[in-house]
Amino acid sequence: MMEPLTTFLTTLSTAQATAALLPLTFLLPLAGTLILAFSRGTLSYRLSALVGVGSVGLAAVATLLLALGFAADAAPQTVTLWTWIAVGDFTPRISLALDGLSLTMLGVITGVGFLIHLFAAWYMRGEAGITRFYTYMNLFVFSMILLVLGDNLLLLFLGWEGVGLCSYLLISYYYQHSANGWAGFKAFIITRIGDVFLAIGMFLLFSRLGTLNITEILELAPKAWQAGDTTVELAAFLLLGGALGKSAQLPLHTWLADAMAGPTPVSALIHAATMVTAGVYLIARMHGIFELAPLALYTTGLIGALTLLMAGFAALAQTDIKRVLAYSTMSQIGYMFLALGVGAYDTAIFHLMTHAFFKALLFLSAGAVIVSCHHEQDMRNLGGLWRKLPLAYMGFVVGGAALAALPLVSAGFYSKDEILWQALAADQQGLLIAGLIGALLTSLYTLRLIIGTFHGTAKSANARHAEAGRGFAHGLPLVVLAVLSTFLGAWITPPLSGVLPAGPGDGVTAGHGAVELIAAAVALSGMALAVWLFGLKRGWLRLADHGMGAGLWQLWHHAWGFDMLYDWTLVRPYRGLVALLKSDVVEGVFRLLAKLVRLVHLGLSRTQTGKLRGYAVTMVVGATLILLSLALVI
Amino acid sequence: MNGVPMEHGLVLAATLFALGLCGLMFRRNMIFVLMSLEIMLNAAGLAFIVAGTGWQQPQGQVMFLLVITLAAAEASVGLALLIQLYHRFKTLNIDVASRMRG
Repeated sequence: MMEPLTTFLTTLSTAQATAALLPLTFLLPLAGTLILAFSRGTLSYRLSALVGVGSVGLAAVATLLLALGFAADAAPQTVTLWTWIAVGDFTPRISLALDGLSLTMLGVITGVGFLIHLFAAWYMRGEAGITRFYTYMNLFVFSMILLVLGDNLLLLFLGWEGVGLCSYLLISYYYQHSANGWAGFKAFIITRIGDVFLAIGMFLLFSRLGTLNITEILELAPKAWQAGDTTVELAAFLLLGGALGKSAQLPLHTWLADAMAGPTPVSALIHAATMVTAGVYLIARMHGIFELAPLALYTTGLIGALTLLMAGFAALAQTDIKRVLAYSTMSQIGYMFLALGVGAYDTAIFHLMTHAFFKALLFLSAGAVIVSCHHEQDMRNLGGLWRKLPLAYMGFVVGGAALAALPLVSAGFYSKDEILWQALAADQQGLLIAGLIGALLTSLYTLRLIIGTFHGTAKSANARHAEAGRGFAHGLPLVVLAVLSTFLGAWITPPLSGVLPAGPGDGVTAGHGAVELIAAAVALSGMALAVWLFGLKRGWLRLADHGMGAGLWQLWHHAWGFDMLYDWTLVRPYRGLVALLKSDVVEGVFRLLAKLVRLVHLGLSRTQTGKLRGYAVTMVVGATLILLSLALVI
Repeated sequence: MNGVPMEHGLVLAATLFALGLCGLMFRRNMIFVLMSLEIMLNAAGLAFIVAGTGWQQPQGQVMFLLVITLAAAEASVGLALLIQLYHRFKTLNIDVASRMRG
C-alpha cells in the first residue's frame, strides 16, 4: 500500500514532473481564455461556466500534484520554457521558478481561485455575457500565475500588468452604467502610477546589476551595495511604490473601495484574495533589496500601520457591505505591510494566505446575501437575515471571526497574533500599538457588519423576501472556505523557511504568550463593545447623529476625504490645464486638417452607390484610362 | 494550327471579351452577370491558347488550365452568392442589393 504511494510521490518530485506540471498551471487558464474568447458567445451558459471553472480546477489539480512533489523533495526548481528576448547580454527567459513562496501563492491563486470561479457559476446565473466574464477571469488567473512564477522581474511585470488589465476589465464589467466605467478607469490609472515606479525600479536594478533575474539580483545586491546605500534605498522605494499602488496602501489606496463596482466574485478573487496582495508578494520576493534599505523597510511598516488605522476607521462608517469589506481588505493588507516592515516576511505571507481564505469567504457570503436579497447591498436596508440565509450567515460568522481574530478557533488569530508578536520582537512598539488599535477597530466593524446585515429586523422589502441560494456551486465554496478560515486553515504552514529570512521573533519565545493574551483580550473586548454599541443599546446610532459624532461619521464615511483631496489638488488643476490647452494655435491647424479630411471623405463616400454595375463601369473606365495613358507614354 | 492566322484568333478573343464586359456593365440579372464573367474568362483563355499555339509554346495551354480552374471556383462562389441574393431579396436584380452605399 505504502510502496506505490512513495514511488508516486518520488516521481512527482522529479525535475521532469515539475517541468511538465508547472507550465500546465498557467497554460490551462490561458487555454480556457482562448476557448471562451474565440467561441464568440456561441457557448451556452453551462458550457461557458464549465470551461471557465474547469480550466482553473485542472490548474488547481496540477498545483496539488506539484505541492505533493514539493512535500516529498523541497528543492527549488526552475523550468525554462524559451528565451523571450535576446538583445546582447540581455536575455530574459520565459522561465518559471518553483519554491516555497511561489508554491504558496500558486496554491492560493488556483485553490481559492477555483472555489471563487465555482461560486461565480451560481452568482452570475441569469446575467448577460457570462462568456466574457469567464474569459477575463481565466485571463486573470493566467496573469497572476505568471506574476508569481516568473523567475525574472520582466516576466513578473508582464503578469503584474496583466492582472491590472483584468482588474480594469472586470471592475467595469457592468459597462452599461458609466459609474462602473469610471471606477475601472480610477483603478487602472492609480495602479498605473504605482506601476511606473515599479518599472523605474526595474530599470534602476538592471542598470546597476545588469540582470533582471530575481535570484541573481538577490545574490548580487549585497556585493554591490552596503546597507543604507542611496541607490539601493531608491530602488527599494521604487519597488515599494509599485507595491503600494497594487495593494491599495496609502497614498495610492483610493481605487479599491470604488473597485467594488464589479461583480462580487471579482471582488473576492481580485480585490481581496490575490491581486491586491501582489504588492506583499513583490516585497517578500525582493526581500534582499529591502534588507539593504532600512529606511524603505521602515517606511513599509509605517505605511502599513497608517493604512490599517485609516481603513479601519473608514470601514466603521460604511453602509455598503462590500465597501466595509473593501476597507477591511486595505486594513488587513496594512497588517501584511506592517509585518514586512519589521522584517517578518514569512509572517506576512502567512497572513496573506489566511486572509485569502477568510476574505474570500466573506466576499462570497456577501455575494450570497446580495443575490438572495435581489441586489440589495446597503446595510441600512438589510437585517434579520440570519434565519433565512443560514449558509451565508455561517460564512459571515466564521469569516468575521477570522477577520476579527477570535482567539484559538479562527485562522486569523494565529496569523495576526504572529504579526503583532513580530512587531514586538523587532522592538517596534509604535507599530505594535497601531496593530492593537487596528485589531479593536476590526472587531468593531466586523461585528457591526454582521449585526447590521443579519440581526435586528428586515428594513426593506428586498430583505424581507430574501431567498436562500441553493446548489452545489453555491454551497461547496462557502463550506470549504469556512473550514479553511478556522484554526484548520492555520495549520497549513507555508514552506517558506528556505526562501525568506527568519523574522525577528522566530525562535524566540519570551513574551510571546503575553502578546497572545493581549491580542486576544483586545479582540474580545472589541467584540463585546461592538455587541453593546450596535446590538443591545444601539448607542452608536445616537452617537453618529449629533455634533462631533456626525462630523466624524462623515469624515470616516468618505475615508478621510482622500478622494476630495486628490480631486482638488490633482484632477481639477489637470482638467483646467487641459481646457486651457484645448484652444491654442497648433490645435487650430490640426482641426483644419481634420475638417479637410472630413470633406474629402464626404466627397468620396458619394461615389459608393452600392450599385454593382456602377462599380463595373468605373473599373472599366479606369482600366481603359490607365491602358491609354500607358500606350501614350510608350 | 495552320491556316488561321493568329490575328483572327486574337480579334475573336477581344470581341468575346468586349461582349462579356458589356454584359457585365449593363445587365441587371445576376445570372447574366455571372455568364458575362465566364465569357470574359474564356476570352482570356482563348487568347492564351491562340498565342501559345502561334508561338509554339506550351505555356498558353498551361495558363488555360489555370483559367478554367479559376472559372470553376468563381462560378461556385458566384452561384452561392446568387442563391443568397435570391433568398434575401426574392429577385435576381443586382441593383436591389445596394445597401453598402456611402
